[in-house]
Amino acid sequence: MTTKLFGARIRRSEDPRLVTGNGRYLDDLGHDAYEVAFVRSPHAHARILDIDVSEGVEVDGLVAIYTYQDLDGRMGEPLPLLIPHPTLTHGRTQHALARDEVNYVGEAVVMVVAVDRYVAEDVVGRVRVDYEPLPAVVGIDAARAAADLVHPDVPGNAAAVMVQESGDAEAAIDAAPHVLELDLSIERSASMPMEGKGVLARWDSDDESLLVHTSTQTSTSVRQAVAAKLGLPVDRVEVVTPDVGGGFGVKIVHPWPEEVLVPWAAVRLGHPVKWTEDRREHFVSSAHERAQQHHVRVGYDDEGRLHGLSVRFWHDNGAYTPYGLIVPIITSTQLLGPYKPGAYRVEFTSLYTNTVIVTPYRGAGRPQGCFVMERTMDAIADALGLDRAEVRLRNFIRPDEMPYDHGLIFQDGRPLVYDSGDFPASLDKLTKLVGWDDFEAYRAQARSEGRRVGIGLACYVEGTGVGPYEGGHVRVETDGTVVVSTGLTTQGQGHQTMLAQIVADELGVPFDRIRVTTGDTRRFKYAVGTFASRTAVMSGSAVALTARKVREKALRIAAQALEASVDDLDIVDGHVEVKGSPGATIDLGAVAVLSNPLRYAFDEAAARATQFATPADPDTPPVAPGEAPGLEGTDFYSPPRSTFANGMHAVVVETDPDTADIKILRYCVVHDCGTIINPMIVEGQVHGGVAQGVGGALYERMEYGPDGQLLNASFMDFLMPYASEVPEIEIDHLETPSPLNPLGVKGAGEAGVIPGSAAIASAIEDAEGIPIRSMPISPSELFDLRSRRSV
Amino acid sequence: MKPSPFSYHRPRTVEEAVELLGALGEEGKVLAGGQSLVPLMSMRLAAPAHLVDVNHIPELDTVAVTAAGVRVGATARHARVEKDAAAYDAAPLLRQGLVNVAHPTIRNRGTTVGSLVHADPSAEMPAVLALLGGSVELRSTAGSREVAAADFFVGPMESALRPGELAVAATFHRPPPRSGSAFVELARRHGDYALCGVAALVTTDHDGAVTTARVALISVGPVPVVVDVGAAVHGTGTAFDTERLAGLLDAAIDPEADIHATAEYRRHLAHVLAARALTEAHEHAGPTRDERAS
Amino acid sequence: MTTEALVRVAFTVNGAPYDLEVPARRLLSDALRHDLRLTGTHVGCEHGVCGACTVLVDGAPIRSCLVFAVSLEGAAITTVEGCRNAEGGMGPVQQAFQECHALQCGFCTPGFITTVTAYLEDHPAPTAAEAREAISGNLCRCTGYQNIVAAVQRAAEIKWGEGA
Repeated sequence: MTTKLFGARIRRSEDPRLVTGNGRYLDDLGHDAYEVAFVRSPHAHARILDIDVSEGVEVDGLVAIYTYQDLDGRMGEPLPLLIPHPTLTHGRTQHALARDEVNYVGEAVVMVVAVDRYVAEDVVGRVRVDYEPLPAVVGIDAARAAADLVHPDVPGNAAAVMVQESGDAEAAIDAAPHVLELDLSIERSASMPMEGKGVLARWDSDDESLLVHTSTQTSTSVRQAVAAKLGLPVDRVEVVTPDVGGGFGVKIVHPWPEEVLVPWAAVRLGHPVKWTEDRREHFVSSAHERAQQHHVRVGYDDEGRLHGLSVRFWHDNGAYTPYGLIVPIITSTQLLGPYKPGAYRVEFTSLYTNTVIVTPYRGAGRPQGCFVMERTMDAIADALGLDRAEVRLRNFIRPDEMPYDHGLIFQDGRPLVYDSGDFPASLDKLTKLVGWDDFEAYRAQARSEGRRVGIGLACYVEGTGVGPYEGGHVRVETDGTVVVSTGLTTQGQGHQTMLAQIVADELGVPFDRIRVTTGDTRRFKYAVGTFASRTAVMSGSAVALTARKVREKALRIAAQALEASVDDLDIVDGHVEVKGSPGATIDLGAVAVLSNPLRYAFDEAAARATQFATPADPDTPPVAPGEAPGLEGTDFYSPPRSTFANGMHAVVVETDPDTADIKILRYCVVHDCGTIINPMIVEGQVHGGVAQGVGGALYERMEYGPDGQLLNASFMDFLMPYASEVPEIEIDHLETPSPLNPLGVKGAGEAGVIPGSAAIASAIEDAEGIPIRSMPISPSELFDLRSRRSV
Repeated sequence: MKPSPFSYHRPRTVEEAVELLGALGEEGKVLAGGQSLVPLMSMRLAAPAHLVDVNHIPELDTVAVTAAGVRVGATARHARVEKDAAAYDAAPLLRQGLVNVAHPTIRNRGTTVGSLVHADPSAEMPAVLALLGGSVELRSTAGSREVAAADFFVGPMESALRPGELAVAATFHRPPPRSGSAFVELARRHGDYALCGVAALVTTDHDGAVTTARVALISVGPVPVVVDVGAAVHGTGTAFDTERLAGLLDAAIDPEADIHATAEYRRHLAHVLAARALTEAHEHAGPTRDERAS
Repeated sequence: MTTEALVRVAFTVNGAPYDLEVPARRLLSDALRHDLRLTGTHVGCEHGVCGACTVLVDGAPIRSCLVFAVSLEGAAITTVEGCRNAEGGMGPVQQAFQECHALQCGFCTPGFITTVTAYLEDHPAPTAAEAREAISGNLCRCTGYQNIVAAVQRAAEIKWGEGA
């Protein structure tokens, strides 16, 4: 097998279409569709008393107005709780349109369908809803205090309390030579893809079938959900994911209210219906993440080695829990990073608040966990007067201890077992890359120029490629084109290129003969979705296994045609060759023709496979037992458990002694995601993740007022970084293969974002000499910290 | 996020525009660059019944430099004013302020006069006008009136423009000889509205000693806050006493807290940035071209 | 409420003349996308901050979500579709974006392509810092900008250097 493409910087096959304006995103489709806008709650918590649409119905161009009362059948039931967990004792989900109560500003109350979005918004402005405002629970403090309740039947606003323990942590801490306690918190941010959500539905009344396009991270599961909600047979519903303008987690949640309402309206109206989420809607009615408060108790010895670690934390899950407890479970398990904690206990409470729901955003609980662990490491180093890198090194799991079992249960319900990784080697690469040992000289020089600088670092381990499975389908067409399909979806990660690289190598065909389709249930019906950095691991492995099956079949057929033994054959550049016999060759397209015995010669190629074209053994059936027509195959990959990638970041910052402005001077990354399929794409993922990490550390937060109004629901005030705020990123790789999958790969999608807040906090603390316990941090907040220190 | 319906008017002359505005009264709104108005309309925070589009009136698209200063017409884009070499020679603060206005793409469409009329207390160009001095020329069916810079900014998002009036131009005064200026601001992101910003104008004598020093601050009051800080100049005339400067500023500014900064931090920034702006302005102050030639 | 009055406006897009009748409130972004079906121009925020909808008007980048189509009477508009080469393939900036992996999801990309296309007209050899400044008015959530900075410099090479 040639390995020419695997590991190479192959330019993306997606790009020529996307850079020339030929992409097809959701709102580029359905020019004939009616458009939808929603009346959304202006209150964080209120009872709906009355809805008056009379003024709205006068608007020319209105098609329909729907309220909860119009929702029939299962449409009137709450949306599904996607990931039930026994610990989630008080799970709650919303209705597609609010029934009698609203629980966050932005919750959909009335659906308006009109000839276009302009008119739909005109109508929205004329619908009158009477509310009886109820007390709003905003923020973790208010939720914990529970003076008011989000849901009257959820005591203490607690959706869940979960405990995991490995050893007797409290006893180990009490017995340790030193004990530290820290309070650490992270604020809300959000995925905030450049394209919001969107749904287009077409009902074919002749065929009684529904075609839904949606900007999702899981088309297969949306299909099941829509069929269930609308009471349609699943085989009458297909869901297609067009080009998606970014996801970062928010589009894995499904079905969104709009994802069932738009198809429902399309069936009712017998006309295509489309909803394109605008930016303001995305802020107030999609999902946020990150807000957590943590209390750490840690026991350690004179060398800085951990003896015991106990973490309690409080997770703000927003108004409902459709995605279960995934985010806090990930925090509770992944905060351990590359370290042996000694005995470990973690307890979290997932709390309702009258705010937008909380579901995974790239990193999904890991940035918080990393912040907690890495701030703890820095605090230990500070207390003992030890080098921060040295303390980390002393607590690392060693390569010879792999696989390493933490004795905990991970987010997939499987044991938390690290498969591989070389943390000391990664740290060594990082300290060399950033010049850790020479920093004091740089600091002294900067100080002599009146400048204040600091350096920080942070390490993480990331479970990637969670199950249960993904599949692939590979077919060689009679012209030699190879069509590849996998069920999960793509939001910009270059899956078409990456999967084609794998198939090209496995099958022995040129890259440009391969066409890859993702996220189209018409092509592949069994899939889970794109999240948890799982595509390369899951679909990559699945299409590799599938291509191997197709290769075997091609060789079987070619062996017959070439009158050679399978063992003497190889596939090179789309041709099956007899090794050592130049000229004895058949191209894969011809093999595909032969794989499908025909009666009718519908084209020239087909003529070669008809009954009279070739002499055949009259006593064997044209399709041999156990074979199927066509040069194609389907296979699945289902791993026993997640594979664990890791990485370490170091940051140099400068803080302005006068203005408290914070500037990142250097940002260094060492990244180990196992075997790399396309370094260019992996580096791009790291860059993007780092930029989001910088955003989360220094710029982005959701600012809720005490009444539950989101005060910065625009790009003016929610400060996503521009190029001017993101530093140049320096990357070094380590490749420690995963033993769990056929390619040795680990996920890379989320990695870059995870240690951002931890590393930047570490660097600011180093520059300022002030403990940084809460992120993000703004210049105004740093000024405030300075002022409080000086009094 | 789509605007409400409105009636659209596309006058070709100032007279036509003024007549339309006169007839429409409170219902009419001028559309020039639209970089502040259109997003407000798309968020349905503004819903004018009539828009009078002045972008097709050639006589408004002017930048003229006179002995008095720089006269900028109503539809001259920020980018044009910023790049105008003669305008820069006459009043460098124009460009120094403009490069801080949002991003180049916004400056390609947004107009300087529109920014003045919008009267955002966080915007740069009102501060530039307030510090340089000058006037805004308002036309209506009743005739023309000139409102001096000092009287033009009435409150947050409120200028002296009355319904029925069109701001046809603004004149920014040319600073005295041997003056230097600077615009220093701190924004959360490059291109954002400033947490605090300071325009400074310093005039020196033949020896380079400061004779007058004034600043205009943004985002720390309801309108651009102009402060004469001459009393903070050291006796030597070559430096500023930061404590005295802070005292003078504190007496004039009234910063408020918002989600991006506390009032106390803004006050602190006013002190720091004013000192920086004054120092930079002083560095720019020097002999006039004629004096250098002699 | 009755049907809105339509206003006539004539302009060119990518060299082709158009004579449209649209409601006065039609944003240029919507007119391009939905009336002319030039869907390469994307809408990311509709309040002028993200830059995804950037098009060139008489050669200068502007936000198409911040202008009404009717206000562009007589203008020459260029969209990302107009940044292709003469044969309809990738133009210099588009080619550089692919070479440098300067896009991931591609949603913000048209706004960068138009912005950079205009920028290169009078900046034939930008430094990395200048290239970064040139794209600092456009938001991208995927790439972290580093490869876009590289693509600006590479595009300048293609346009003014080896490709000239």
